[in-house]
Amino acid sequence: MKRDWIYQAALLAAAGLVFWFFVSNTAQNLETRKIASGFGFLWREAGFEIGETGAIAFSAADSYLRALGIGLWNTFRVAAIGVVFATLLGALVGLSRLSPNWLLAKLAAAYVEVIRNVPLLVQLFFWYAVIAENLPDPGEALQPLAGVFLSNRGIAFPTPWSTPVLSGFNFTGGAVLSPEFAALLVGLVTYTAAFIGEIVRAGVLSVGRGQVDAAYSIGLTRRSALRFVVLPLALRLIVPPLTSQYLNLAKNSSLAVAIGYPDLVSIANTTMNQTGQAIEGVAIIMAVFLTISLSISAFMNWYNQRVALKGVRQ
Amino acid sequence: MKTLFAVAAALTVVVGNAHAQSTLDAVVKKGYVQCGVNGGAVAGFSAPDSQGVWKGLDVDLCRAVAAAVFGDANKVRYTGLTAQQRFTALQSGEVDILSRNTTWTITRDTSLGLNFVGVNFYDGQGFMVPANFRAKGAKPAAKADAKGAARTGITSAKQLNGATVCVQPGTTTELNLSDYFRANGMTFKPVVIETLPEVLNAYFSGRCDVFTTDVSGLVSSRASRAPKPEEHIILPEVISKEPLGPAVRHGDDRWFDIVKWSLFATIEAEEMGLSSKNIDQQAGSKDPAVQRFVGATGDIGKMLGLDNKWAFNIIKQVGNYGESYDTHLKPLGFTRGLNNLWTKGGLMYAPPIR
Repeated sequence: MKRDWIYQAALLAAAGLVFWFFVSNTAQNLETRKIASGFGFLWREAGFEIGETGAIAFSAADSYLRALGIGLWNTFRVAAIGVVFATLLGALVGLSRLSPNWLLAKLAAAYVEVIRNVPLLVQLFFWYAVIAENLPDPGEALQPLAGVFLSNRGIAFPTPWSTPVLSGFNFTGGAVLSPEFAALLVGLVTYTAAFIGEIVRAGVLSVGRGQVDAAYSIGLTRRSALRFVVLPLALRLIVPPLTSQYLNLAKNSSLAVAIGYPDLVSIANTTMNQTGQAIEGVAIIMAVFLTISLSISAFMNWYNQRVALKGVRQ
Repeated sequence: MKTLFAVAAALTVVVGNAHAQSTLDAVVKKGYVQCGVNGGAVAGFSAPDSQGVWKGLDVDLCRAVAAAVFGDANKVRYTGLTAQQRFTALQSGEVDILSRNTTWTITRDTSLGLNFVGVNFYDGQGFMVPANFRAKGAKPAAKADAKGAARTGITSAKQLNGATVCVQPGTTTELNLSDYFRANGMTFKPVVIETLPEVLNAYFSGRCDVFTTDVSGLVSSRASRAPKPEEHIILPEVISKEPLGPAVRHGDDRWFDIVKWSLFATIEAEEMGLSSKNIDQQAGSKDPAVQRFVGATGDIGKMLGLDNKWAFNIIKQVGNYGESYDTHLKPLGFTRGLNNLWTKGGLMYAPPIR
């Protein structure tokens, strides 16, 4: 017992020592190389514009802190919307693969195999090219609905307080969904949905044949059996791996930098380059993604406990 | 991927010890100069040719240093760097020289732990727009004029209010762009894409109205990457001073001197009329300035800690500044302009080698 305690203390001391070595060595090297350090730069004027701010005001005269905040908001928006749509699409794909309809099942299977075996970055470039190359210039924007304009500047649509009007180069007024946002969202959703589909399928298949038969034998229809018996049971197996997929989606959103969506990583990159403070910038990125991931995990753990079998020891 | 690199490079700063050894000693010991160039393959400055050999004005600077140190211009290894990677790569010791069309500014010179040795290309930021905004196979006629009058016949950057601008991140370019639009009371939407091929794709596909970078980059991209170069024009406004030059790590004056004078030697040679073609013959000249330059008299090489024929080797193997310029940049449509010798109306001026 006592020996255990000593080992623990020794391990902690060793970890502390390694950490201290890294910190002091870094500080010393930065000092010898005359590289500025510290987080004071966060309050300096950023001096660059951000293409997409998600309805938050930003100008080049604002601080780096605000710029990074916009980046975080952009990351959050795409991740949150992405998680919702990926779950819906994933459930649809997973259930389709189990459908008695042969064509539907095969299509779903083909979707899963193609999407999950092509790197996400390639898919993002593909979607971005599809969207940016195929849509017309703002001058000849498509108008699927009155007041909604579809062009290679994105989808401009009216809001209760303003409507988009073409003036000069681009649409002003209304709200705009940019091609970068659209490409990133479509890429993340379709990619993650393929994995979620497999998780859903595995969860449903894991429900014992006996339990399904029992559901039918008490007179439930196929739909009711799915809703009241199969899905509640399947959910217990689906939720833990689903959490990993949500985490992946949130982390994969940092590939945005490749197609020009101003997410946190993209803005932190610009910040790092203008201030030269790479260590601080990387630390911020790591802290933010850690926070996002731990929040998703905490939420999903809570949900997992809610759907888990009551009274059973985990 | 670039984030990974940043982490790796940051880690090198974290773990690596301060370089006690001088850069020259380290370079001599490993037998080559590690040179950081533009990994985005900017034709004329640093781009691999069809054989995979790096060519360009920035590459020639590294070759000149190798010629001065080893007497062999080929003892260089290249690291292609993005705009974000470049300073960390130099700071952490990944490369010995950063020769990657990098603008010399006071912030970089003082707070990044590096020193600029001089200027090998005087540049400025400009804008490229489609010569005719209707050129993309769209209907050119009345509708465009009625609705999109501002989108046709752009002749000045002052007409760019509201434009969508493609730009690469992490450069002085983004700042100049914001400053210029702010100063002129105009707005714009940036589309910030990291790699040169991708940002050019976005511009050429019509995602942006404008592409902005240094004029040298515009000329080079238009010549080497545009599907139809004649369909793009470069606007007359040059909105910034961009003196591009090589940089070395702060705190190693010997290495700083070597790189600085290798650059100056190429400029001085052009002024003296020494080139790779005539240097053998000129080496026997009675002109004392030439005698000193080729190392026949004096001991200038020794002052640098190098062989006395350092400058002779540079000119013999790499050529003078004008030769590099004519080989790499002239075919792309560059004129000498500011980069001509001071005796010919330009800014290229080397302190005397004596």
